[in-house]
Amino acid sequence: MVAELPSSAGDPRGPRRKRAGRSEARAGVLFALPWMTALVVFTFIPLVLTFVIAQAKFQIAGPPKWIGWGNYEAMWKDSAIWASVRVTATYALVSVPIKLVLALGLAMFLNRATALSGFYRTIFYLPFLMPAVAGSIVFMLLLTPGAGPVNLILGAFGLDPPDWLKDPHVALWTLIMLSLWPLGVETLVFLGGLQNIPKEISEAADLDSPRAWHKLVWITLPMITPVILFNMVIGIISSFQVFTQALVIGGTTGAPAESTLMYMVVLYRAAFRYFNVGYAAAMATVLFVTVLLLTLLIFRTAKSWVYYEGEGR
Amino acid sequence: MTTDLIRRRTAPRHLVSSIIYHCVMLLFAAIFLLPFYWMVISAFKSNIEIFSQPIAWFPDPIRWENVSALFARTDFPFLRQFANSVFYAGAVAFGTCFSCALAAYSFACLRWRGRNLVFAFTICALLIPPIVTFLPTYIGWSRLGLNGTYWPLILPSFFGDAFYIFMLRQFFLSVPRELMDAARLDGASEFRIWWQIVLPQVRVALVIVALFAIVYTWNEFFGPLIYLKTREDFPLSVGLFTFRSQRAVEWSISMMGATFTAVPMVVLFLFTQRFFQQGLATKGLK
Repeated sequence: MVAELPSSAGDPRGPRRKRAGRSEARAGVLFALPWMTALVVFTFIPLVLTFVIAQAKFQIAGPPKWIGWGNYEAMWKDSAIWASVRVTATYALVSVPIKLVLALGLAMFLNRATALSGFYRTIFYLPFLMPAVAGSIVFMLLLTPGAGPVNLILGAFGLDPPDWLKDPHVALWTLIMLSLWPLGVETLVFLGGLQNIPKEISEAADLDSPRAWHKLVWITLPMITPVILFNMVIGIISSFQVFTQALVIGGTTGAPAESTLMYMVVLYRAAFRYFNVGYAAAMATVLFVTVLLLTLLIFRTAKSWVYYEGEGR
Repeated sequence: MTTDLIRRRTAPRHLVSSIIYHCVMLLFAAIFLLPFYWMVISAFKSNIEIFSQPIAWFPDPIRWENVSALFARTDFPFLRQFANSVFYAGAVAFGTCFSCALAAYSFACLRWRGRNLVFAFTICALLIPPIVTFLPTYIGWSRLGLNGTYWPLILPSFFGDAFYIFMLRQFFLSVPRELMDAARLDGASEFRIWWQIVLPQVRVALVIVALFAIVYTWNEFFGPLIYLKTREDFPLSVGLFTFRSQRAVEWSISMMGATFTAVPMVVLFLFTQRFFQQGLATKGLK
């Protein structure tokens, strides 16, 4: 840090200062210009165009045929849409809470200085770096009967393993397990949160009661619950958009029996297999509205969730 | 200090609990490492050995020839795709650092009318699911005849990305304003202030952004899957997917490919861990 100068000292006054401010403003616009271009060209125009295309029967080649709300009506009657909504919602509502609770538990375990702390942190972070395609293929092998160790381990405990990839009642759990594997990111974020709990509060709690779980229930959880809830909604929004793992494991049909058919896979199929871009745009619009509503919900209730200590700037 | 006292009083119990603690943690660590371990050992087995009973926890013999077998496949031009991935990730990381450093500096350190409004739009853009803007963009690139090239995948990064701008802005905010004002008094141009005075202050942040961009681009799947058409053009993510969908029974080559796809990211991470952790700290701020 540079020694703090009283900011008015040596400040040029009058016209010179005004000119400096003007050139700063001009530079500001110039520096932000590429990004403002991107905002318009790659975000806002396409956003509006998506709503427009959703009103048409449009096959990329050839002119669009305007059909009003026809695509939405077709979506309403499409059984694949309903199957994918069910699968996607189940996936999001099951995997995200489990992931966050596990990550929090792991973070509490990690919040302890030992010789191996750094080692553990590295290990738990590694799965995040695994490319989704590679990770999904590896999971398929891990769960293949006769080739993977998972069934072997379950068998050793006397458990009867299901057919992870072929049983329609179980296949979604394979995807959920796969989503839990890279929980190191959430864990490290929580760990940061735990380590930010003021020392005085934590030590006072240690003195009041030597039982660790008292501290957990009365101090740690209340201080961190807002963050968990917030992350949960964000996590649910992003799991609405899961694609890669579902495509690798279930293909474009959501095999077995549409049990892994994610919403994004149906959208991809509509746009790039059947070239029904108007329909896909309608699907994207529905996704957008859903995400928008959830986001508004976060912002409307944010005050009661998020507690910032010593909020600066 | 107080916790130290409590710990010392309960030293023998502490030792036992410490042993239990490490056992539990090592068990967790083993579970998390199992997929990596299985990927690597399966890469060095033959397809038959992968399915032989009882399941072998270590390949015997270690089939080193699988490495050259992977490189020799014509239906999986691995080295070519590896080079594509390096180019793709490198170009996006470079473009992202440059464009986002421009925009983030403008948002954090320069005062201009409309700045807060544009920044608010940036936050909004962050919340829009990428697919919602994808289809018209795709049609646009197709009309330009650039479908099938890397242009649609790389060029946008040279204009900026909402997430990284947001992230970098946090770092730029901590650069003392006096530095810039002093340079301005000395008559330095705005571009020079940015390039020679402010950027060196946020070097760490730029490294963090570059690393995150490299990892995300290396793993990026949807964009390349849609825009690229031929095996020779694919990056590794799509190459591996295509090979796997066409040759589902050839597990050992798939696993070798997966291993070589994952290893560069793991190595990169092991050497740059502290940057990743700092990056996560800002993510937590969000």
